Amino acid sequence: MNTILDVKDLHVSFKTYGGEVQAVRGVSFTVKKGETVAIVGESGCGKSVTAQSIMKLIPNPPGKITSGSILFKGRDLTKISEKEMRKIRGSDISMIFQDPMTSLNPTLTIGDQITEAILQHEPVVTKKEAQFRACEMLGEVGIANPKERLKQFPHQFSGGMRQRIMIAMALVCNPSILIADEPTTALDVTIQAQIIDLFKKIQRNTGVAIIMITHDLGVVAKLADRINVMYAGKVVESGTTSEIFYNPQHPYTKGLLNCVPRLDLERGQPLIPIPGSPPDLFAPPIGCAYSSRCEFAMEVCDAYQPGRTLVAEGHEVNCWLQDQRAKQVKFHLREKTYS
Amino acid sequence: MLKYIGKRFISMMITIWVIVTLTFFLMHAIPGSPFNQERNTNDTVRKNLEAHYHLDENLFVQYGIYLKSLLQFDFGPSIKQSSTSVNELLSRGFPISFELGSVALLFSIVSGIALGIFAALRHNGVIDYGAMTLAVIGISVPNFIMATLLIQVVAVDLKLLPVATWASYKHMILPALALSMSPLAIIARLTRSSMLEVLTQDYIRTARAKGLSPFKIVVKHALRNALLPVITILGTLVAAVLTGSFVIEKIFAIPGMGQYFVSSINDRDYPVIMGTTVFYSTLLIFLLFLVDIAYGIIDPRIKLHKKEGE
Repeated sequence: MNTILDVKDLHVSFKTYGGEVQAVRGVSFTVKKGETVAIVGESGCGKSVTAQSIMKLIPNPPGKITSGSILFKGRDLTKISEKEMRKIRGSDISMIFQDPMTSLNPTLTIGDQITEAILQHEPVVTKKEAQFRACEMLGEVGIANPKERLKQFPHQFSGGMRQRIMIAMALVCNPSILIADEPTTALDVTIQAQIIDLFKKIQRNTGVAIIMITHDLGVVAKLADRINVMYAGKVVESGTTSEIFYNPQHPYTKGLLNCVPRLDLERGQPLIPIPGSPPDLFAPPIGCAYSSRCEFAMEVCDAYQPGRTLVAEGHEVNCWLQDQRAKQVKFHLREKTYS
Repeated sequence: MLKYIGKRFISMMITIWVIVTLTFFLMHAIPGSPFNQERNTNDTVRKNLEAHYHLDENLFVQYGIYLKSLLQFDFGPSIKQSSTSVNELLSRGFPISFELGSVALLFSIVSGIALGIFAALRHNGVIDYGAMTLAVIGISVPNFIMATLLIQVVAVDLKLLPVATWASYKHMILPALALSMSPLAIIARLTRSSMLEVLTQDYIRTARAKGLSPFKIVVKHALRNALLPVITILGTLVAAVLTGSFVIEKIFAIPGMGQYFVSSINDRDYPVIMGTTVFYSTLLIFLLFLVDIAYGIIDPRIKLHKKEGE
């Protein structure tokens, strides 16, 4: 498989009156053709900013990519002009957002909103052809009577259907990457499952690579090939989905896993929340950002950034516990063993 | 849709009837009569005059007579200018007032919206501050001051345009400009603030994520949503332009309807008071109705009528 997106040491900050917020502090990850990569983390960890930076959609000012590179099929997106970027947006890389209720324009028909992406990027296509493709795409994402539905307005659809429309809109130009920023967060659980299945079906049919941004490990378990766990603007652990779920190395990853309700455990077991709150990114800590919340924190954690350790093939973690000199800890996971 | 229009028509009729009734009785409650000011009328002459205009009858009988003639679209004769009817006064004055008012309104809508959009797009920039300074001036300077200033500077000092009266298109520019300043400023401010709000909406981000050009995003996605509050106030702005035009017409000596409106009250010229009031209120109610229709066209979420099965 060949890499189509390679994000290297990405730094993004926002200038505010209070100072500079370093929302993303050196994120690196890759996406290969046709795979699903998840970026997981709690609110404010920089995952959405990372996603929007790839599309160069962060509001500028105040946001700015301060360093790093985003290589898409060999081109560095941080260096190309806005005009060039517009050609990539919606045709090569497209994005869907968290809240389908507000992400569609209430005054335009959905047909209008889907076809305008086609007409923008493929000027040779006639309006009729575009409508035909929009119609097909709506059928693809599971909307009945697509022909009539094209003439309707967003308020005539439910939340789940609107998210399907957003997906149709994002895929109608056959992009090679689809960025989904918390696509299921605003939906109720049964609809979440349907949307996740829809992503899988679409990926099978079109081979699009998906970057799934979420705080919900339950969502990515079914969907992702690889997971990047983000904390305070950095990727703290990355690996294949099974490695992350069955062999988590970072205390934060473990903490996240303990927050997910499980059906295979005894009933009545409480979920274990992560105590404390993420650090202030106006002045990020010198050492490991998680040290103040970490139950295994050592002196070194406050003073120095942990390096990257390769745990297994493709499984990397940034944690001082991986150091030879560190004490051996046993994670108190919410079940007896991960086997 | 037809059903809705029908319903609205009935309620418009009722509103107009209420206005007619209120104006009629309020007008007669004011002390004095059309013949009071003329010193030399003796009793017999006055009685004859009153009988001629049915003013000697019971107020309710008069009201009945008036309603009856109104239903035939007859506003009655003017008491002061005894050779002309109110209908003639209206058809003479209204085209002029209409021309002035619509030019002023059109100018204020087009340039107000344009100014608001540019200010929003250059938020906190020089254009924004400049436009908003202009808007504050436009709102706070009354139009009769603006009118005299324009006359002084443009007409008297620079001699670019005629000072007053109503003859050619050149004569129209200054009064229209003076009349349009405050609606223009209100529209510009409102467009700016609602545009700023719309530009932060999620669907604008969606439009950007599709790779649309900034021009398309503003015109197709933002403007339509941003104009809703502007359309809401258009109805009341029309009223402001109409009442503003009374003063402006006076200053520029324009033979529009404004002169009759003001002088008729001083003269207790009952049919003219009624005629102008009914005419203006009907116009305003009709414009508000148009605004409601425009609403439904611009925002599909606003349903004017219910479809079957919904």
